[in-house]
Amino acid sequence: MRAEMFVKPLRRLAVAVLLAAALPAAAQQAAMPPQSAGPGAAPTVAADPQLEADVMELSHKLRCLVCQNQSIAESNAPLAVDLRDQVREQLAAGHSKSDVVDYLVARYGDFVLYDPPFKATTLLLWGGPVLLLVGGAGWLAWRLRRRQGELAAVHGLSEAERRRARELLAGDAKQSSSESPESRS
Amino acid sequence: MIPELGHFALVLALVLALVQAIVPMIGASRNRLALMAVGRPAAQGQFFFILFSYTCLTWAFIQSDFSVQLAAANSHSATPLMYKITGVWGNHEGSLLLWAMSLSLWTVAVTVFSRNLPDAFVARVLGVLGWVSTGFLSFLLVTSNPFERLLPAVGEGRDLNPLLQDPGMIIHPPLLYMGYVGFSVAFAFAIAALLSGRLDAAWARWSRPWTTVAWVFLTAGIAIGSGWAYYELGWGGWWFWDPVENASFMPWLLGTALMHSLAVTEKRGAFRSWTVLLAISAFSLSLLGTFIVRSGVITSVHAFATDPKRGLFILALLVIVIGVSLLLYAWRAPRLGGGGSFSLVSRETSLLGNNVLLSVASASVLLGTMYPLFLDALGMGKISVGPPYFESVFIPLMTPVVVLMMFGPFLRWKDDDLAKAVRKVAPAFIASVLIGLGTAYAVDHVTWRTVLGLSLAAWVVLASIQLLAGRITERAGAAMGARLRSITAAWWGMWLAHLGVGVFIIGVTLVGSLESHVDVRMQNGQHAELAGYTFTFRGVRDADGPNYDAARATIDVTRGERAIATLTPEKRLYLAQGMPMTEASIDIGPFRDVYVSLGEQLEDGSWIVSVYYKPFISWIWLGCIMMGLGGVFAAADRRYRRLAAREATVAANQRVA
Amino acid sequence: MKAKFLVPLILFFALAGFLAFGLTLNPREVPSPLIDKPAPAFSLARLDDPARPFALEEMKGQVWLLNVWASWCVACRQEHPVLVRMAQQKLVPVVGLNYKEVRGDGAINARGMALEAETALAIERAQRWLDDHGDPYVLSVLDIDGRVGIDFGVYGVPETFLIDGEGRIRYKHIGPITPESLQQVIMPKIEEVRRAG
Repeated sequence: MRAEMFVKPLRRLAVAVLLAAALPAAAQQAAMPPQSAGPGAAPTVAADPQLEADVMELSHKLRCLVCQNQSIAESNAPLAVDLRDQVREQLAAGHSKSDVVDYLVARYGDFVLYDPPFKATTLLLWGGPVLLLVGGAGWLAWRLRRRQGELAAVHGLSEAERRRARELLAGDAKQSSSESPESRS
Repeated sequence: MIPELGHFALVLALVLALVQAIVPMIGASRNRLALMAVGRPAAQGQFFFILFSYTCLTWAFIQSDFSVQLAAANSHSATPLMYKITGVWGNHEGSLLLWAMSLSLWTVAVTVFSRNLPDAFVARVLGVLGWVSTGFLSFLLVTSNPFERLLPAVGEGRDLNPLLQDPGMIIHPPLLYMGYVGFSVAFAFAIAALLSGRLDAAWARWSRPWTTVAWVFLTAGIAIGSGWAYYELGWGGWWFWDPVENASFMPWLLGTALMHSLAVTEKRGAFRSWTVLLAISAFSLSLLGTFIVRSGVITSVHAFATDPKRGLFILALLVIVIGVSLLLYAWRAPRLGGGGSFSLVSRETSLLGNNVLLSVASASVLLGTMYPLFLDALGMGKISVGPPYFESVFIPLMTPVVVLMMFGPFLRWKDDDLAKAVRKVAPAFIASVLIGLGTAYAVDHVTWRTVLGLSLAAWVVLASIQLLAGRITERAGAAMGARLRSITAAWWGMWLAHLGVGVFIIGVTLVGSLESHVDVRMQNGQHAELAGYTFTFRGVRDADGPNYDAARATIDVTRGERAIATLTPEKRLYLAQGMPMTEASIDIGPFRDVYVSLGEQLEDGSWIVSVYYKPFISWIWLGCIMMGLGGVFAAADRRYRRLAAREATVAANQRVA
Repeated sequence: MKAKFLVPLILFFALAGFLAFGLTLNPREVPSPLIDKPAPAFSLARLDDPARPFALEEMKGQVWLLNVWASWCVACRQEHPVLVRMAQQKLVPVVGLNYKEVRGDGAINARGMALEAETALAIERAQRWLDDHGDPYVLSVLDIDGRVGIDFGVYGVPETFLIDGEGRIRYKHIGPITPESLQQVIMPKIEEVRRAG
C-alpha cells in the first residue's frame, strides 16, 4: 500500500490548508454585528437592525406582484416597497412571521409565496421529486437485477451456446447485445 | 439597402438549410455519395449567408439606422460602440439570429472535424442539423424578422436596456447559446445513429468531444450570467432560480449526465438506449428553454417581449423536433442491446446511479418551473415556486451525487469488491465529516446546511487528493515525471472538474453561512463597520457617461490601520429610458469580497450605502472555471485525435479496397 | 415491453399540451382570494369633501363597482371614456378609489412630504384630472398611502371590484375596462349578482 504513505501526509496537509484558509478569514468576522457607536459613525438605515434582518429574510420568500419574478426584498417597485413596509410594521408590532404571511395571503393569495404551501394542489409539486427519485432508483435496481439475471443465464449456457454468444458479441454491433433472443431465453 | 440585403441573405440561408436537410438524407438512404456530399457545402454556404445577414444587422446598429425597427428599439446614437454591437442580441429577434448563427457555426465545425467519419453518418448528422436550422430560420423569417423597417424612421433610438449595458453581457449570451445549441450536435449524432441503426462504441466516441465542448460553453455561459447578476443587480445574489436560469440549468444537468453516460457507452458499450435518450433530452430541454424565454407562458425577469404567434410557432417547432425524435427513439431503441456486462459493484453502476440522480434533479427543476403553469391550466389557482422550494429539493438530491461522484472513480470498471472500496475511502470520508463539523464549529455557524456543505467539500477535496496520490503511486519505480506524464488529459479533466465541484460547494456554503450586510446613511467623513472592515465615505461627485448621468461615491475601505481598497459605487440614470441603475463596486479577494452599492440620496444630503461582506464567494466561480477547464482537458485528450487518425487510415484503406 | 420506450414521448406530449394551453393564459394575472368574501372595511376621506369620511356601509343594498384609479396611471386614461359612458347610461354606480395619487407618481419625490401637504396636492391633482376627463364616479375616496389598496389586494392600477348589496366582493377585473370586457364580462356579472341579490 504505497498509496497510504502518500495519502496520510497529504491528508494532514489538506486539513491544515483548509483550516488555514477558512479560519482566519471567516471565523473572526463571522456574524460580527455592525457597530455604529463612536464619533463619525454612520447611522444604520434601520432603527432596529435585528428587525430589519427579519424583514429581509421574510421578504426574500415573498413574491413581488408587479415585477413578478423578483422577491419583494429585491424589487424596488413601489408596491414591493409598500409591502416591505407592511412586513416591517407588523413584525415591529409583535406579529409573528406566520401572521404576516397569512395577512398577505389573505389579500393576494398563495401567489405571493415563493415557498409554496403544502396542500392538496401542491401535493405533486412536493411529492414529485420524491416520486421521481423512488421511481429512478427502482428502475435502476430493476435494470441492474435483470442484467444480473441475464448474465447468470449467459453463464449457464452450454459450451456450444457460449461459443455462439461469443461470436455474436464479437460480431456486428447491432446484434452484439446480451438482449438478443439467444441470450435472453 | 443593407438591411434588405441582410434579409435576403437570411432567405438564401433558409434555402440552403432546406437543401442541407433533404439532399444528404436522401443520399444516405440510397447510398449515393454525390448526394451525401452536398451536405458540407450547403452547411458552409448557409453559415456564410447567416454571418452576412448578422453583419448587416450589426451594421444597422453601429450606424444608428433607426429606420430599422430593431435598432430603434434597442440602440441609441450615444450608446457606446461595444453596446451597440452587443445590443444586436439584447432582444428577441437579434438573439434568435445569434441562435441560428451558432447552430450554423456548430454545423460548420462538424463539416470540418468529421472528415474521418463514415460519409453516410455525416450526411445524416448534417441532415438533422439542417432540419433544426430550417425550423429556426423560418421562425425568424415568418414571425420575427429582425430587418423590419420602421417608416418613417425615428430620430433617436430607445437605447439598449441599461441592465444589459455591462461587460458581462458582452460574452454571456454568445457563450450560453454556443452551449445550448452545441447539444444539437450530440442530438444530431444520436438521431443519425438511430436512423442508421448504428449505435455503438464508435458513435459514443464521436459524440463525446462534441458534448464536452458544448457543456464547457454552457458552464461558462451560466457562470458568467451568474457573475453578472452578482455585481449588476446591486445586492450580491448570484442565483435566483428564475425560470430562465432554470432553462439553462436543466440542459446543463442533463448534459452532465450525458457526458458521463457517453463515457460508459464508449468504454463498455452499456447504457446505449439511455445515452440516446439523454442526448435527445438535453437538446429538447435547450429548445424548451427557448420556448420559455420567448413565449410568455411563464413570467421571468429575463423574458423577451412576447407575442402569442411566436409562442405557437415555436411550440409547433418543439413538437415536431422533439416529437419526431422521441418517436424514432421508441421505434429504434428497443433493438439496442445492453452492451458489456458489469456487476452491481462497479464504476458503471456508480455512473448510472449518478445519471439517474442528475436526471431526477433536472426533472425536479422542470417540475418546479412548470408547476404554476400546470395548476393554472387546470384552473386550480395560481401559485409561485421560488428559491425556497428549489433549495429544499435540490440539496438532498445533489448530496448523494457529490458523494457518489468521488466514490465512483475509486471503483474499477466491470467489477469491484464493495468492502475493499469502502475501506479505501472510509478514512477520507470520516475525516470529511469531522472537518465539516470542526470547521462549522470554528466559524461558529453550526447549522445542518453548513456542516453538510463543508463536509461534502472536504470529501471532494480529500478524495481528489487520494485519487491523485493513488494514480501517481500506481506505477511503482517510474520517475515522477514519467508517472505524471502517463496520466491522460481526460483523467486530469475529470479530476479537475470534480475538484471544481468541491471548490464550488465551499463558496456556496461559506457565503451562505457567513455573509453579512448593513445599510447605512453616510455623510462625508462618516464611517461604518462590517466584519472587521471600516468603510469611510469620502463624498459623491458626478461621473456622467456617454448615455447616462451618474453619481459616483468614493469609499475607503480599511482594516485596522491597513488600507484595503478604495471603492467607487455608482448610481446611474440612463437617459433614453429614464432608468436608474446601481453599479456596485467590489474589492475581490481570494477569501472574501467586500461589496458596496450606492442607494438613494436623502433630504439631509446623506446617501444610503449598502455594504456587504461575502466570504469565499469568488470560489463559486473558481469552481465553475475548474469545471470548465476540466471539460477542456477532457475534450482535448490525445486519444480522440489518435483514434480519429487511425479511423481515417482505416476508412481510406477501405475506400481503396 | 416495447411500450416503455413510448413513455418519454407520452410525457412530452402531455407537457406540450400544457404549454399549448399555457399560451392562452395570462401568467401575470393574479386572481384575488377575496372573491365572495366581505370587502375589507375602510374609512377614507372623500375627494369632494375631505372632511367627510366614506365607508362601505353607505353603499349597502346596492350592487356597485369600486374602481381603482390615479391621475398618473396611463391605462386609466384608456378606460376612462368607458366609465364616463357607463355613468351617462347609469348602468351601475361606480366609486373611485384614488390610489397613491402623489407618492405613486414616479415623477414626484414625495419622500419627507408632510401628510397634509400631500393630501392637498392629491386633491388638487385628482380634481383637475376629473375636470379634464370627466367624472364618472358617484364619489371618489383618497387612498393616500395605498393601505386600503393592499387590503383589497391591488397590485396595479386600474383594477375594478364588483361588490354586491351585502358588501361582498363578487368579481375583480384586472387592467383597464374595455367596451368588450364591459359587454361580455362585467355587465353579465352585474346582472347575475343583481338577480341573485
